Amino acid sequence: MKEYTYTETKDTRSGFGAGLHQLGKTNKNVVAMCADLIGSLKMDNFVKENPERFFQAGIAEANMTSVAAGLTIGGKIPFIGTFAAFATGRVYDQIRQSVAYSNKNVKICASHAGLTLGEDGATHQILEDIGLMKMLPNMVVINPCDYNQTKAATLEIADYVGPVYLRFGRPKVPNFTPENQEFKIGEAVMLNKGTDVSIFATGHLVWEAIKAGETLEAKGISAEIINIHTIKPLDKKAILDSVAKTGAVVTAEEHMLNGGLGDSIAQLLALNNPKPIEMIGVDDEFGESGHPEKLMIKYGLTANNIVAAAEKVISRK
Amino acid sequence: MANTENLHKIATQVRRDIVRMVHQNASGHPGGSLGCADFLTTLYFEILNHDSSNFDMDAKNQDVFFLSNGHISPVWYSVLARSGYFPVKELSTFRNLDSRLQGHPTTAEGLEGIRIASGSLGQGLSVALGTALAKKLNNDHSLVYTLHGDGELQEGQVWEAAMFASARKIDNIIATVDFNGMQIDGTTDDVMSLGNLKAKWEAFGWLVVEMDGHNFDEIIKKIKLAQSYTGKGKPVVILMKTEMGAGVDYMMGTHKWHGNAPNDEQLAIALNQLEETIGDY
Repeated sequence: MKEYTYTETKDTRSGFGAGLHQLGKTNKNVVAMCADLIGSLKMDNFVKENPERFFQAGIAEANMTSVAAGLTIGGKIPFIGTFAAFATGRVYDQIRQSVAYSNKNVKICASHAGLTLGEDGATHQILEDIGLMKMLPNMVVINPCDYNQTKAATLEIADYVGPVYLRFGRPKVPNFTPENQEFKIGEAVMLNKGTDVSIFATGHLVWEAIKAGETLEAKGISAEIINIHTIKPLDKKAILDSVAKTGAVVTAEEHMLNGGLGDSIAQLLALNNPKPIEMIGVDDEFGESGHPEKLMIKYGLTANNIVAAAEKVISRK
Repeated sequence: MANTENLHKIATQVRRDIVRMVHQNASGHPGGSLGCADFLTTLYFEILNHDSSNFDMDAKNQDVFFLSNGHISPVWYSVLARSGYFPVKELSTFRNLDSRLQGHPTTAEGLEGIRIASGSLGQGLSVALGTALAKKLNNDHSLVYTLHGDGELQEGQVWEAAMFASARKIDNIIATVDFNGMQIDGTTDDVMSLGNLKAKWEAFGWLVVEMDGHNFDEIIKKIKLAQSYTGKGKPVVILMKTEMGAGVDYMMGTHKWHGNAPNDEQLAIALNQLEETIGDY
């Protein structure tokens, strides 16, 4: 098992903030909007240094989303930020018509996704956003795993022309991917080569997958671990190549099973190479208030759950 | 002085286009389209600084128009074609399979003149404000124009946009409300009263111009008045009184022709009232 280490834990939203800050210096067409959550989205530095290119939308996400679509007419590249719950479900129709169907170069930047938002509870813990966004034609869906990768993704989507949904979160998590990495949209990252089971993880669950891989190795199981940071377009080749080798699959995500990464992979495999699959995710229920780590344990989104799923799926081969 | 006789000729042809377009597939929205024919004809043939022969999505140094109430696509398609954005004969494909003239306007088919999809109501003002902001950032002094249905103002997003525009001092936009008092289920008063629209827009910080949407001299005069209000730190809205179905007697004074197409016999009656002035498509 390849060894992964980190020197600090950092929140992925700060990776977004750092990326946006850098874009403020390097790309004059980048503009930003926020719906009264500048601090939560870590957009402060961009706002401070580029006041003429920042538009405070107030608590009016529908307007913000459509204004962003309009800003692209004239060559601007709007990054709009709010909590994932309000960035997607609240404004689905605005995204659908003004952004996705109109194919506008809007970057929807969504923080506090999933259960790890914690104590605010289910009203804010959206677990359906990946599904909502991946169903839209033209939409790219990205869910990076740590600070460095979120920063790299933020920089990369400014160069990609078209609608993007960038999902990140609130808690501090191990920052283990390389600084200044190249981020390739739609290209999965091989974290560990293995032969017995393929573990496909996204977002915060990628680190859990690495920890699971270490435990599995101690048990004599060789796990292939792949970071699927782009859920759409899905890196079909990387997934099919891996499954052709291992013949068993575990997916892991901080999202609803319906509509999530596991759902995309299950569809891909069902159509191309059906193999046993186990899925780690939330099974058709809303979240609740609580400490993020305790929530992840209660809802079964930890390394231990991935280990158990891997053992189970191998037994189904 | 503008040649209002010529505008009248064009608008009459546009009205013929509208009823023929909705008739051919027995589908579309003639009422609001007919009501806005005079306004859109005047806008495209007399007011806008635009280049119809060389459509540019970014519209650098050109005025931009957004149709927020996308269901009145027939009038927009006709005016776009008649002003040179695409071949007039393409109007015959309205709502056909594989047509660029979708039921509601879209950028997906590459139709020249259209910069955003509309149909789901209430989004166009926000979009237009975004483009107005982009123009300011680009130091582009041309203007952004919009059209909205009055029933559309029941959508909450319109008022989010109205608040945003005045708070951000977006003063390079002229929005227009088609104030015909009708919507699908009946009069706006019956369905969901709009109250005092002038007072509402003023309370949201907009400068308001009132206009008769069926008098070419007045349309020109009032849009020019609205233009004179731009650049003063406030957004501008025109409340345009129109008659739904204007130009076809049996479609006027009722909401029943909002989204219904005439049959063969009704088409003949309508065309009898609308002279073929510059040639049918």
